[in-house]
Amino acid sequence: MALTERIAAPLPATAAPSSRPSWRWALGLVVPVALALGWEAAVALGWVNGRLLPPPSRVLATLWGLALSGELIVHVLATLWRVALGFVFGVVAGTVLGALTGYAPLARAMLDPMVQALRSIPSIAWVPLFILWFGIFETSKVTLIATGVFFPIYLALSDAILSVDRKLVEVGRIHRLSGPELVWRILLPAALPSYVTALRAGLGLGWMFVVAAEFMGASEGLGYLLVDGQMTGAAPVIMASILCFAVLGKVTDRLLGALATPFLRWQDGFGTRR
Amino acid sequence: MLSVQDLSKRYPTGTLALTGMDLTVEAGEILAIVGGSGCGKSTLLRLVAGLETPTTGSVVLDGTPVRAPRAEIGLVFQEPRLLPWLTVRQNVGFGLRELPEAERRRRVDEVLARVGLADFADAWPRDLSGGMAQRVALARALVARPRVLLLDEPFSALDALTRYDLQDHLLQLWEYDRPTMVLVTHDIEEALVLADRIIVLQPRPGRIQAAFAPGLSRPRDRTDPALEAWKRRLLGELDLSFKSRRTGEEQFPAAAI
Repeated sequence: MALTERIAAPLPATAAPSSRPSWRWALGLVVPVALALGWEAAVALGWVNGRLLPPPSRVLATLWGLALSGELIVHVLATLWRVALGFVFGVVAGTVLGALTGYAPLARAMLDPMVQALRSIPSIAWVPLFILWFGIFETSKVTLIATGVFFPIYLALSDAILSVDRKLVEVGRIHRLSGPELVWRILLPAALPSYVTALRAGLGLGWMFVVAAEFMGASEGLGYLLVDGQMTGAAPVIMASILCFAVLGKVTDRLLGALATPFLRWQDGFGTRR
Repeated sequence: MLSVQDLSKRYPTGTLALTGMDLTVEAGEILAIVGGSGCGKSTLLRLVAGLETPTTGSVVLDGTPVRAPRAEIGLVFQEPRLLPWLTVRQNVGFGLRELPEAERRRRVDEVLARVGLADFADAWPRDLSGGMAQRVALARALVARPRVLLLDEPFSALDALTRYDLQDHLLQLWEYDRPTMVLVTHDIEEALVLADRIIVLQPRPGRIQAAFAPGLSRPRDRTDPALEAWKRRLLGELDLSFKSRRTGEEQFPAAAI
């Protein structure tokens, strides 16, 4: 025993100090800011037509105007709410069905072929049917978003559970875990890294489908703002709306990543320990 | 007392891994099972652990048949098989789910101190060396205070120094509450250092070829001439078990061996 004591690894650092200086995040801003300035200059110098390609200053001014009039927050909240609802429904359905088909061979044999067949239908193709079934208001929109979110989560979770190391499953058997306990204490934690990646992919698709949903007839929302900008020939409104999507997409993705980090601290990968 | 009666195992692929196995292990005894690969020694251990269902025969522990994994039977695998998302303390306490939190923590800390890893209770498995990880695996098996501890080539993936160290350490742990131990190994010296009795298995299908009780006094010294003599004897026995397999195959004429 004394021997391994001497050759033992040093005590693990509970919180490894970040090796990145705090200003590193600013590196991500260099290229977009340079592009924006170049664009601004190109319009100011008359190299490009500012009407169809409004400079950043006009886009920001439009955004500011929309914010001041209280219009922006209405659109942002409407879109956020639809994405949130669709995401939650898609995640719940994808998680339950993915865990079921990953764990139970019978469920997999019965459900997986059907889900795979449905997956090969482009989700936008559902739009006419959803409108027919659920009308043109919220239900059909949320359903479309949930459909988009569902598939990556279902697929990733089902596959991740199937590929959990048999040796770890045996540890569960030795400790006499019941079926649900095995899912909860071994299969889901082992599948968690893939699951989190799938959640982020699903959220990305949620943002994609909210635009499609709002194109199909809405009186508010950032997608409506896009269509409105097109109808009235207001390029700055379109650009402002796109900017909102970029910011909201990025922020919600970071939020999701931050929520997942405490559960993934144990990982031992190339990128996770730096 | 652990007993195995007329045990055989045929896998769904048709392979007969083990046949006609009869075996008795007294309470507190250390039994080593040695043999080359394919002799069914791991299958035997998995049957005793309740991880596999026997094709014929039964495993009986203190009068009750073993049909599924049981709390009184602990198993240590060749690899530590720690759950990477749990800390050392959580891994060791993994099987103690019926106990209240305070009692569980007390038991886990006590067994971690016994394996000399009290300082690593909050470490992640990724931060442990191979030997330390295997000691955590030992602690996880011992924390439930099993009456039988099964070890499936537990030290074979470790370097020689760590292996010696853990063999000595295992004996210290055994002294504490003297569980019955069944150790599967392909390392004859390990069997001689640890076991009271050694069973040599013969391959294809796996069956008992010979049993020995070397009667070496404890503590044992790896350089003891008596132990060395036993080592030669067992090596001869194992060689015999290989020959018996080869003579069954035409491409290995007896003269060539």
